[in-house]
Amino acid sequence: MVSKRKKKFTTGEGAQFMTRKAALKKLQLSLNDFRKLCILKGIYPREPRNRKRAQKGKTGIKTLYHVKDIQFLLHEPIIWKLRDYKIFNKKVGRARAVRDFEKLNRYLNNHPTLKLDHIVKERYPTFIDALRDLDDCLTLCFLFSTFPSLAHVPRDQSALCRRLTLEFLHAVIEAKALRKVFISIKGYYFQAEIKGQTITWIVPHHFSFTPHSKAEVDFKIMSTFVEFYTIMLGFVNFRIYHSLNLFYPPKLSSAIQADAEKALVDEDIFVSERVAALNFPLTKTSNEVVEDDLEIDSFQTGEEDADKIEEAKKEAERIRTLKTLFKGLKFFLNREVPREPLVFIIRCFGGEVSWNKTLFVGSTFDENDESITHQIVDRPSLEKQYISRYYIQPQWVFDSVNARQLLPVNKYFMGEILPPHLSPFIDKERDQQYIPPEEKALYDPTLLEEQHKKDEKMGEQGESEEEESASDKDEEVNDEEDSENEGSDDKEETEENLSGKKPKLSVSVGEVYKEVPWEKNRQEKQEYRLREKMVKNKHKKLYKSMMAGRKERAKEIWLLRKKRRLHDEQDKKPKKGQRKTKNGSATPTKKTKKQKSQ
Amino acid sequence: MGKKTQNQAKRKLSEANQQEVQVQADKESNEEDEENLLNVVNGEEVDSSDSDRELEESDDEADQLAEEEPETDLEGLSDEDSEEETEDEQNSEGESVEEGENDELGNEESKTKQTSRDITLSKVPDEYEEHDTSDEEDIRNTVGNIPMNWYDEYKHLGYDWDGNQILKPDTGDQLDNFLKRMEDPDFWRTVKDPQTGQNVVLSDEDMQLIKRIRAQKIPDVSFDEYAPWIEWFTSEVEKMPLRKFPEHKRSFLPSKHEAKKVSKLVHALKMGWIKTRAEQEKLRAKKEPQFYMLWQTDDQSEEMRRIHKHIQAPKRLLPGHAESYNPPPEYLFDAKELKEWNKLKDSPWKRKLHFVPQKYESLRKVPAYPRFIKERFLRCLDLYLCPRAIKMKLNIEPESLVPKLPSPKDLQPFPTVLAIEYKGHTDMVRTISTDKSGQYLLSGSDDCTVKIWEVNTGRCLKTITTNSVVRSVEWCPNAALSLVLVASGQEVLVVNPHVGDFLVNSKTDTILEEAPKSDVIVTERVRTTVQWSEPDDTQRERGVRLLLKHFKEVSQVTWHGRGDYFASVMPDGQNRSVVISQISKRRSQLPFTKSKGLVQYVLFHPTKPCLFVATQRHVRIYDLVKQSMLKKLLTNSKWISTMAIHPGGDNLLVGTYDRKMLWFDLDLSTKPYQTLRLHGTAVRGVAFHKRYPLFASGSDDRSLIVSHGMVYNDLLQNPLIVPLKRLQDHKAFNDFGIFAVHFHPLQPWVFSSGADGTVKLYSN
Repeated sequence: MVSKRKKKFTTGEGAQFMTRKAALKKLQLSLNDFRKLCILKGIYPREPRNRKRAQKGKTGIKTLYHVKDIQFLLHEPIIWKLRDYKIFNKKVGRARAVRDFEKLNRYLNNHPTLKLDHIVKERYPTFIDALRDLDDCLTLCFLFSTFPSLAHVPRDQSALCRRLTLEFLHAVIEAKALRKVFISIKGYYFQAEIKGQTITWIVPHHFSFTPHSKAEVDFKIMSTFVEFYTIMLGFVNFRIYHSLNLFYPPKLSSAIQADAEKALVDEDIFVSERVAALNFPLTKTSNEVVEDDLEIDSFQTGEEDADKIEEAKKEAERIRTLKTLFKGLKFFLNREVPREPLVFIIRCFGGEVSWNKTLFVGSTFDENDESITHQIVDRPSLEKQYISRYYIQPQWVFDSVNARQLLPVNKYFMGEILPPHLSPFIDKERDQQYIPPEEKALYDPTLLEEQHKKDEKMGEQGESEEEESASDKDEEVNDEEDSENEGSDDKEETEENLSGKKPKLSVSVGEVYKEVPWEKNRQEKQEYRLREKMVKNKHKKLYKSMMAGRKERAKEIWLLRKKRRLHDEQDKKPKKGQRKTKNGSATPTKKTKKQKSQ
Repeated sequence: MGKKTQNQAKRKLSEANQQEVQVQADKESNEEDEENLLNVVNGEEVDSSDSDRELEESDDEADQLAEEEPETDLEGLSDEDSEEETEDEQNSEGESVEEGENDELGNEESKTKQTSRDITLSKVPDEYEEHDTSDEEDIRNTVGNIPMNWYDEYKHLGYDWDGNQILKPDTGDQLDNFLKRMEDPDFWRTVKDPQTGQNVVLSDEDMQLIKRIRAQKIPDVSFDEYAPWIEWFTSEVEKMPLRKFPEHKRSFLPSKHEAKKVSKLVHALKMGWIKTRAEQEKLRAKKEPQFYMLWQTDDQSEEMRRIHKHIQAPKRLLPGHAESYNPPPEYLFDAKELKEWNKLKDSPWKRKLHFVPQKYESLRKVPAYPRFIKERFLRCLDLYLCPRAIKMKLNIEPESLVPKLPSPKDLQPFPTVLAIEYKGHTDMVRTISTDKSGQYLLSGSDDCTVKIWEVNTGRCLKTITTNSVVRSVEWCPNAALSLVLVASGQEVLVVNPHVGDFLVNSKTDTILEEAPKSDVIVTERVRTTVQWSEPDDTQRERGVRLLLKHFKEVSQVTWHGRGDYFASVMPDGQNRSVVISQISKRRSQLPFTKSKGLVQYVLFHPTKPCLFVATQRHVRIYDLVKQSMLKKLLTNSKWISTMAIHPGGDNLLVGTYDRKMLWFDLDLSTKPYQTLRLHGTAVRGVAFHKRYPLFASGSDDRSLIVSHGMVYNDLLQNPLIVPLKRLQDHKAFNDFGIFAVHFHPLQPWVFSSGADGTVKLYSN
């Protein structure tokens, strides 16, 4: 018997993949429906190992889906819903065309709805998985919550997004889970840690919506994403609320409701407004304290582990202090300050906050409250100022959170030129990256101390010179940085000096063998360069590209450093000029400033 | 034509019975008559589904009349007209939004809100007394309603009532126009009447009218927008009926028609086809997403069918300092960087940053990021459209790719410093050689001389001039003979240098004194290739003992290990390019009958009777006894320049013009054991040390690289190759660097000869 000849592409990679066209044919869906289905079900094309084989010998680049994925879609019940939609649209279209409005209304009232609960569960097997994937969800929902009603976007979607995001913010406040914040030109970055997962989201700045043409941005696609994300976020919220012993549709404590003197016209609106204020604690189902900071037990395993545990303990301690960073502080927000992000941050770290009553509902105290410790302002001057509080710019709050301690306020006073705002998301472990001097000072408190000492010394020498030191501060940081880089060389030099001193005891002055300091280095470098040529042919390209990358990074660092140096020089020049002109008047102004700050 | 102004408005359903206003001003009015009507626009919210019911009504007044006639219907339907007319435009547009449908089934969904704001009537009593109709307005031109440009060619513009031509007025030129503009105070209010072509000066009233229209006020000044409401039909129940006859019985009986409708509705309600408002509310609430505890635990998953081999989408990169609203100053772009950034507009993926860093003084000045939505959209596209695959990321340091080799310090001794320079040649020194004891150095140069140096002092002992460029020299390996081979042009000279042991020198001379007799007949082929001859006196004076005249230029000569035979290479000689000569018998032979390519270099095996012949691409090994080829080594390079053989005889080093050095382990394979790319340019000289495990190579990049090349006795262990030192002292000359490399036979020293006319000795 002759065995049948095997056809090509019936096994292996050729049989594993399917082009999009084939998938559409198999599923009997239109491209739009297929797209929607893919978005909702989280199906994506796959990159094959061998494209030619996967495309069954066809050239060009095609969108390839895994056959198993398509089969998975084949069994999806919402395909039928999509088909229902098709029928529904036809019916509605017909009723409208023949002007049968009675029918039309009936159809419109009974439109088919997609139920996505099972998809959420299917895409995220565990709660942790859902949390891990929350970044895009939150960012998109925050964006959509600012949208007006748009064509092709369901009307209540933006309202739903707003509701869910606010609920999420409340959960973060209650869990005190916020860790890092950052004001970028794109928006506010927030990073929270829930159940060990870091979740980063962006809240856009005000007035983020701008109309876009369809070629540029297809809101329909984004809306489909949001459709899924809202469901997912709702379930995540529910679970977080549950684990925090909160009622899920958030409830405010009855005391607040009692405060409202008038009879409520609409209680729902009243509550939702108070929820949007972010300023009231939610009622709990029980008074049990959810204790999630567990003491890390130390097992005696190994030294490395011990180090790690020590590190983890320190980190935990730092986070504990961070959670109560603003405890006991009372903030008042001026009306030009973005309310929502600041209220969120301050409440996350245990501070009390309020604002002008006319600005938004939910203010708890007035501006004339004497117990206010900080007033956050974002204007150059203010007419009426209270002596009992600091008038600071909003960046202080953000920088303090990132530094995990209350920073000295004097750099952030009203009208002051702010120090640079640094990103907290820089990975410190990565080598070959530029660290601006401000960040260096942040991580290495000794640097700051040294600076302070220097400042003090200078201060003792004379107040007139104080100014100079202040202007030179940055420079000094720079110098230190440079010295670190050349540290190895310096050390050698010092050694030489020592060896040079020693022969004092000897009778005759011997000829000191003077080793050229860079000779050894040069030698080693040369040897390495020869060894480098012995890299295997197979790895040569890789090695070259890696070295090129390293070189490029070094160049970038060099460039940044140079720019900084030029900038500092530029800064220094006019100051010196000024000092010459107003040598006498400098001291009194300084004094007055000091008094103010006290 | 008469204009009928009519207004009709109805209030909300609840108020419908209260009032009905009907205004009829049946009088005909002139066209000049100002509109005394403020239309009432109903503030109806037309549902998007109902938008197609919007009708645009033409300004055909007859139609309007017809539509507006059934003004008396008093049913719950609301019917509103809006009418708007502007006088300055020819077409008055009346738009009426008609809401003809009212849901008879009591569908509360239709959100029809009706507000009728104002209904007024103005009575201007004797406006039409002068002229009866609008037809009778003062028309002088009788041509009718035709385009007036038909008269463009004529002097006149239609005819008056008497049939006389109406002449066009003088239009005047630009200058006239300008003068008029300057002089005539009424110029700005002068307009041209298209019908008569005459200029008409607008009166004050006309101006007033235009101003009011422009200000979107009612043109008529006298019209009172806020006139007191006149209740034509009071809301109070009158005591007396309006009509003198009683109500008909029909009006007291329930309508059958309505009863039918009601029963239909009730049936529909019962069957659940239509819903009450409360029910609808409930249903709507149900349609809103309901949330519940979807995951019972944090980290235990339920068994269900899921996506096959899920690959998670990577998270977005977190922002760096450059993205801050107030970054450190060094992150801001300077003019050059900004230009670069803008230049890459068409290929944004090449940009270093995808945004331009910005600095704002304070938070209130930070605007919304214009690309935010676009970026989110692109992320969405990536999530569902971008093919995913798991890529293993290489997380290694580049240093780990560099092979671990023993440190050069542990492999001493090897030459490291420049010890002696041998200066004296005036041109490139192509070739060098030492005697067996390592006392004397021999060098041949392009200045047609051969010099003999004392190695330790650097003194030139002797200079032998030749007739042509010296391409190759070699000292006889036999210590009992004091002989040197010199390839100079087409000649190969056998020279007694007369240095060193006097006895040996004189003995050598005596041996070479007379030619041995032989009866072997030299074949024609050999005779035409090489001719042995005795040197003349001048040459003998210089030390030349034998002279071999070749038919082509000799590029290389090499001794056999015993010092009796030597081989000479003529690359242009085709199948006669290699000649092997024997000094004791003064005889030559041509080992090859066929040319296998351009012969570059030949070498004798140090111990076996083998000959290595390097052509351009290959190295062939011949057995001289069996007269057969043993091996053919594949070099994988374009052009071989030189060769050196390890004193053990099992390893061969080949230098090529394409920058490579190939180490062949002859026992291992015919392919190179290792390819070394130590040099940047063509390799011109390679050499093995006779005692130490060292080899060296010199190239056109002026560098001499000394390497450790250890060959083990154990056959299983591969040779160890470690580059040790790069020495770069020669000067470049005509793009040439080093020509020849030679090791001292006893010490770990190396000589190199360069294009700069010097020979250098490096010692440890």
